[in-house]
Formats: sequence, C-alpha cells, structure tokens
Amino acid sequence: MLCQICNNKDATIHLTEITDGARSEMHICEQCAAEQGIAVKSHIPINELLSSLLAVQPSDDELSDPSEQQAACPICGFTLDQFRKEGVLGCPNDYEVFEKSLRPLVEKAHNGQTAHCGKLPSRTSLDTKKQIELLGLRRQLEAAVQNEDYELAAKLRDKIGESEK
Amino acid sequence: MKLTDISGDINEWFDGSGPLSDIVISSRIRLARNLAGHKFLSRCSTAEKSEILKKLKDVLMSLELGDKVYYISVDKAPTLSRNFLVERHLISRHHAFGKGPRGVVLAQREFFTAMINEEDHLRIQVLKAGCQLSQCAKQINKIDDMIEQKVDYAFSPRFGYLTACPTNLGTGIRVSVMLHLPALKMTGQIEKFFNAAKDMSLAVRGLFGEGTEAASDLYQLSNQVTLGVSESQIVSQFENDIIPEVIEYENVARNHLLSKDTHVLDDKISRAMALLQNAHLISSQEALFLLSHLRLGINMHEHMGASTPAIERLCTLCGATKAKGRPAISIATINRLFMLTLPAHLQLNHGETLDPTDRDALRAQIIRSALNQQT
Repeated sequence: MLCQICNNKDATIHLTEITDGARSEMHICEQCAAEQGIAVKSHIPINELLSSLLAVQPSDDELSDPSEQQAACPICGFTLDQFRKEGVLGCPNDYEVFEKSLRPLVEKAHNGQTAHCGKLPSRTSLDTKKQIELLGLRRQLEAAVQNEDYELAAKLRDKIGESEK
Repeated sequence: MKLTDISGDINEWFDGSGPLSDIVISSRIRLARNLAGHKFLSRCSTAEKSEILKKLKDVLMSLELGDKVYYISVDKAPTLSRNFLVERHLISRHHAFGKGPRGVVLAQREFFTAMINEEDHLRIQVLKAGCQLSQCAKQINKIDDMIEQKVDYAFSPRFGYLTACPTNLGTGIRVSVMLHLPALKMTGQIEKFFNAAKDMSLAVRGLFGEGTEAASDLYQLSNQVTLGVSESQIVSQFENDIIPEVIEYENVARNHLLSKDTHVLDDKISRAMALLQNAHLISSQEALFLLSHLRLGINMHEHMGASTPAIERLCTLCGATKAKGRPAISIATINRLFMLTLPAHLQLNHGETLDPTDRDALRAQIIRSALNQQT
C-alpha cells in the first residue's frame, strides 16, 4: 500500500480516527507522519497496560469468573480491584486465588506463554502448601501483636521459625 | 565506604572497554526474587519489611564475591546520595525514592549490586563493560545459587519465580544492553529502531536524559518476556540476533554519514567541539547531546577501518588526533565526562549542593579543562 500523502513510499503507519462515531482510516509513510507531527509511540506505561487489560472483561465465561472479581485473598486480603489500581500483587498466593483472571494478562505480557521454562531452585524449595501455611502464620502473628496478645505472638514466632528450617 | 571514594571516577563497566564497545557500552542482567512465606512489599508492614531487609542483608554481606562488599541504607541516605546512586545505575529511581526500610548491597568495583525491598524483595544485577552478556549470565547465576543456599525463594513449578508484578514472572530476568546510536538518530531512523524493538517484544529506554528521546543517544534495550523462555535462550537471542542487527543498522547509518552526508557530520562534530571547548555555562542535557557527537567522531576514527580523507578530517575535528598543547581525546575521556558532569556527581565531587547556574558553570569548566588540556 502506498502512502496516501506522498503516493511514493510504502505506508507503514496506519491511523484509525473515530470522530462523532464516524470512522476514518489513513495510511501513510514514516516520513509523512513525521512531517505531520505524528509521533509513533512505542511505549505504554505498565499501569495503563494493566488497567486496560483488566478493565476489558473477556467474554469467555471462565475468564470473567464472578467469584474471582469479588474475592479477596485469604492470606493478604488483596482484591483484583486493588491490582487494577496498583499494578502489583499482594502475595505469592494471589497467583493461585486469581489465576483465571490473571491468565489473559500473563499471556499478553509474555507472548502467549503461561508456563515457566528455565532455572529451577538449586535445592528443593518450600512446597506451595508450606509457603501458604507460613503466610497464614505471619498474618496471625501480626493480628496477635496488634491485639497485644504477646503470649500468642511468641508461640507463633516459634512456629514460624520451625517452619522455615 | 564513602560515596566520594567512587564518585571521582567512572565505574569499570563504563570505561569504554569490552567487546564491541563503540556501540555496546555495557551489558547488564538483573534477576527479581521474593522470599517464600512473606507477602509482597505492597502489603508488608514496616516491621515485616525490616525483617526481610535484615535477612537478605545478612545473606548478601556474607557472599564471597571476590571484592569488598558494602551496604547503604537507602531510606536513610541524603537525597544527593540517592540521586548519585541512580546516576551511577546502582539503584533504580523507584528504589531511591520509594517507601519504607530498604537498602542496597554493592561490590566496590560496582559489577554487582543488590536492591533490597525495591518492587520485589530482592533484585540482583551484574554489569560488565561492552558486549558480555554470557559472562554476566554466568556470574549472576552463580551468585543467585549462593543466595538460594541460604533463603527460600517464592517459586511455583508452573509460574516459576513469583514476582510482585506478573510482567516479571517466570525467570524474573531482565537482560539489557546500553547502546550508543548517534548515527541512527542523526539520519532520522531512530523511530524505526524503536518499532523494530517493539515488534520483537523488547523495551527501549533513553538513558541519562528525560524520556525515550535520550539527549546522549544512549539507549537501553531489554527483554520484556520472562515466562516460557529460559535465561539462556534470552541471552543467546540478544547475542546472536538482536545485538548484531542493531550494530549493523548503526554502522550502515555511520557509513552513510561518512560517504553521503559528510558536511552534516563535519558540521555536527565541529559545532560540538567548539561549544564544549568554549562554553562557560552548559546544562547537563546540552553536554550529553554534544558529547555524544564527539564520541561518534572518535569512534569512527577508531573503528571504521581504512583511513580516508573524510575520516582524517573528522579526527582533527573531534580531537582524536594529538594537537598542539593537547593529547588525543579518547573514548575513555568522553565517557568520564558523560558521567562526572551529571548533576549529583558534580555536587558530590564538589562537596556541597549547588544551584543550577553554579552547576552549569562548574560543568563547563570541567569539560573545558578536559578538552583543552595543556601538556
């Protein structure tokens, strides 16, 4: 396709403009785009990307899982709404709790990939169950400290120490 | 260690040495890791952040890195020191001006730094001069193994290393190279490079400047995909496909300037030299812009092979040949000026904070004395 302005070079920039519901398209070359003052932005800030991806709910029933939309992580209390705002997750367990909702985002960010390939921990890491147990203990510990229940807090601290060994 | 121990000179990976360093200034690999059994930082209380910080600091300070290792408490450091660490690429801006207990562990020769409590609990990086990604990968993998002997990382067999932001999930690796691409910029092709990078799922960031339009023509190119491809696949894609291609583009543009647009090239370099040698007030942005042109001239002299009249002329213009009362200006001299005239470097080496006009005057003076050196 040739550039609509100079009719000389190949059109590599394709603009779609929607004004008052009317859609118009323009196909131009890089040089003409530069002359028209149209900069080709190659960057979208991560927060914008995240919110735009999550704001558009996939029509697929599985992905728009209403239970996940309303759910809060039992470990950190995190919700998908907070993720939309902050762009970071609350704890490792969120990857399990919000797996279905995060999947399209993960796929998009990683060229369609959804499974790890590469380095594995050099020694057997704590298994997932144990990791979640530890997170739960830490949450209880925080609550105990807040309630000034130091006896319980001391017990929980010992338990955490043992779990980490 | 005091920061002034290192602020007077450039770091090893910026000294202009290393393979392909006329275009690839430096190589960097960073790994993002989180501790198992802890929440991510956005949900951590100050007490939990302190606990993570202490645990990781103790582990990192005990590593055998073959160099002296120092710790800097970033949340307690003065603003000038934080800006200095950012200018030096030892910590990110996010880390410098974030919240809560956080710190950085660094090797004295600055090839290794570890940010604790940045976006993830731990971000370690290895930096080397020129194109040395394989070497960076080998070294950081070894360091990561040593740390893993002492802590448990949050890891899932399916998603790999778990990170606060899903965009770093999997290997948690960020492979990047710092590239000097002045000829692509001068020939108006830098947008093409941005678009090609985007098509390959790579991120481009301008360095030492504001936004992607780097005044210094220095760009950082890095991978974005971290899940589903292994560390070695990413490194070899950079080394075998991406970097050779960018180098070829830049060299074609350099040759074009030399053979077809000699006047443009001679003009840019002469103007850069004249301004740098004579200005009495110069902003950081202007200095970076002009030094970049000078760097291009010197590199053409050193790397473009056969000596043609155009190159000979260029050499004289950019001071790459010895002149009366002045030794030849080298790439090392230019790189030093790039870094040492950045605002925080200037002020730290001067010993006090300066207002912008005083900084511009001091910067101009340092540049003049380096380029007009009397023998």
